[in-house]
Amino acid sequence: MAEGKTLTLNMGPHHPATHGVLRIVLELDGEVIVKATPHVGQLHRGIEKIAEGMNFQQVIPLTDRLDYTAASLNNLGYCLAVEKLLGIEVPKRAQYIRVIMGELARIMGHHLWLGSHALDIGAMTVVFYTFRDREMIMNINEEASGYRLTPSYLRVGGLAKDITPDFIKFVRDFVKWFPTAIDGYHTLLTDNIIWRKRTMGVGKVSAEDAVNFGFTGPSLRGSGVPYDLRKVRPYSSYDDFDFQVPVGEVGDVYDRYLVRMEEFKQSINIIDQAIENLPEGPVNVDNPWVANPDLGAVMEDISALIRRFKIQCEGPHAPEGEVYASVEGSKGELGFYLVGDGSEHPYRMKIRSPCYILTSALPKMIVGHMIADVIAIIGSIDIVLGEIDR
Amino acid sequence: MENAKIAETVKGKFGDAVLAEQECCDDLQLVIKAEALLDVMRFLHDDEQLAFDLLIDVLSIDNSQRRRKPRFEVVYVLVSTTHLHRLLVKVPVADELEVPEVPTVTGIWHAAMWAEREVYDLMGIRFADHPDLRRILTWDGFEGHPLRKEFPVEGKDFDKKWDPDTIEVL
Repeated sequence: MAEGKTLTLNMGPHHPATHGVLRIVLELDGEVIVKATPHVGQLHRGIEKIAEGMNFQQVIPLTDRLDYTAASLNNLGYCLAVEKLLGIEVPKRAQYIRVIMGELARIMGHHLWLGSHALDIGAMTVVFYTFRDREMIMNINEEASGYRLTPSYLRVGGLAKDITPDFIKFVRDFVKWFPTAIDGYHTLLTDNIIWRKRTMGVGKVSAEDAVNFGFTGPSLRGSGVPYDLRKVRPYSSYDDFDFQVPVGEVGDVYDRYLVRMEEFKQSINIIDQAIENLPEGPVNVDNPWVANPDLGAVMEDISALIRRFKIQCEGPHAPEGEVYASVEGSKGELGFYLVGDGSEHPYRMKIRSPCYILTSALPKMIVGHMIADVIAIIGSIDIVLGEIDR
Repeated sequence: MENAKIAETVKGKFGDAVLAEQECCDDLQLVIKAEALLDVMRFLHDDEQLAFDLLIDVLSIDNSQRRRKPRFEVVYVLVSTTHLHRLLVKVPVADELEVPEVPTVTGIWHAAMWAEREVYDLMGIRFADHPDLRRILTWDGFEGHPLRKEFPVEGKDFDKKWDPDTIEVL
């Protein structure tokens, strides 16, 4: 190519390796990228705006559609924010079941990441194994709530209903099986020479840059910063469980891969502790303005019937005030900033999406690399467009 | 550092610039004058005891239906990865401005680049000296700012007739 001339290449939005409808305009000198401009927004549904007209319980299914690969974690973040605003705390049993659902969702999110990341780079086999195991979690979701991908199982003030004995059996089966499966993933990729050559030294981000660019979650920990909200600000009884926070050293694609692979193990460890030490008791908060009276009471007591009706169609009113609550999502810090104005709607709901901020650092990561590396780097930061565009 | 101590440190350095100090559940919220925002933010980032090196989010609130003044407020969520404390910084945007505007913090945290673009796109608050202030979630040429309270939730032309050949509203 003539000196100083560059070629502009449009990648996406309908490109299977961009994990949704991400569009990147690349400027190439030969095959080397000299400039990259990501364009997002094709999937913008205005969830924040829609939520302003809904009551607090109605927003929960909307949050499922943010990071749809790990739906229960979004429910958890939202419910914690509302509960913080209302000043209530859910019972211990509900907190433990939320942790189980959240960690299962994290494993689901990592399954999709691992399968599609490897598929993008050319290792086709992995996706079959991860989806085989993802199916087991789908069955657990179905047993808990009736839905497989987007359970909407959590409620403000607790859970939709208590778990069944089958749920416990399914989770125990999964906990027993999954360590073998993780070893299987490792044999496919970790020491694979092609995988190593494609990922090591690619998309390096130093710890300082990662923090400055607003990285959170596994991408930040891959650069060696041990910032994990489950440890830093334990929510939903995370301080009861014994687990470790894996960190990387170099901050390249391979390190981020290893961090997520280790998170599989830590998540299954947490689920094991939670399901074996599950406390007895109610799963909904004991607050007449928030929790539904159960159906037995509704059949016999007129005031319970009225209260159920009021809670179903109106729900709790939030006091005036502002809160910020966040959870460690499968991609990073998933935060909800809620403003209450005394009504039953959130006056303003802002979703802090980890993927959105990660995508803004894409140009920094891919400039200087080849086109084939772009796909490896997009895969390694594990973005979901449903959450970026909201 | 404890919330009370953070407030004390910032107030000791910028006495007049701190308009208010509020508790948002377990988080501290400081309301800072827009003129002093850059100095305060630079101090929060650089000071070794505070070291707020991670900008989590930038968001905006439209107060027009809450009967509060001023109409727009911008909130920054800051975290320190070394000391692990969190701070909410709120900046009121002066009502007198024709186009609401606050200074950009992209020079301090790169993470503000897209976060501020989103605020501009959805709420119409400009960030002075932002290097790349374009719309991001809506398309170029979109009219209005969807998160403002007067913007209809269904969109502006959802019930209008349109020409299927040109996709133009009639």
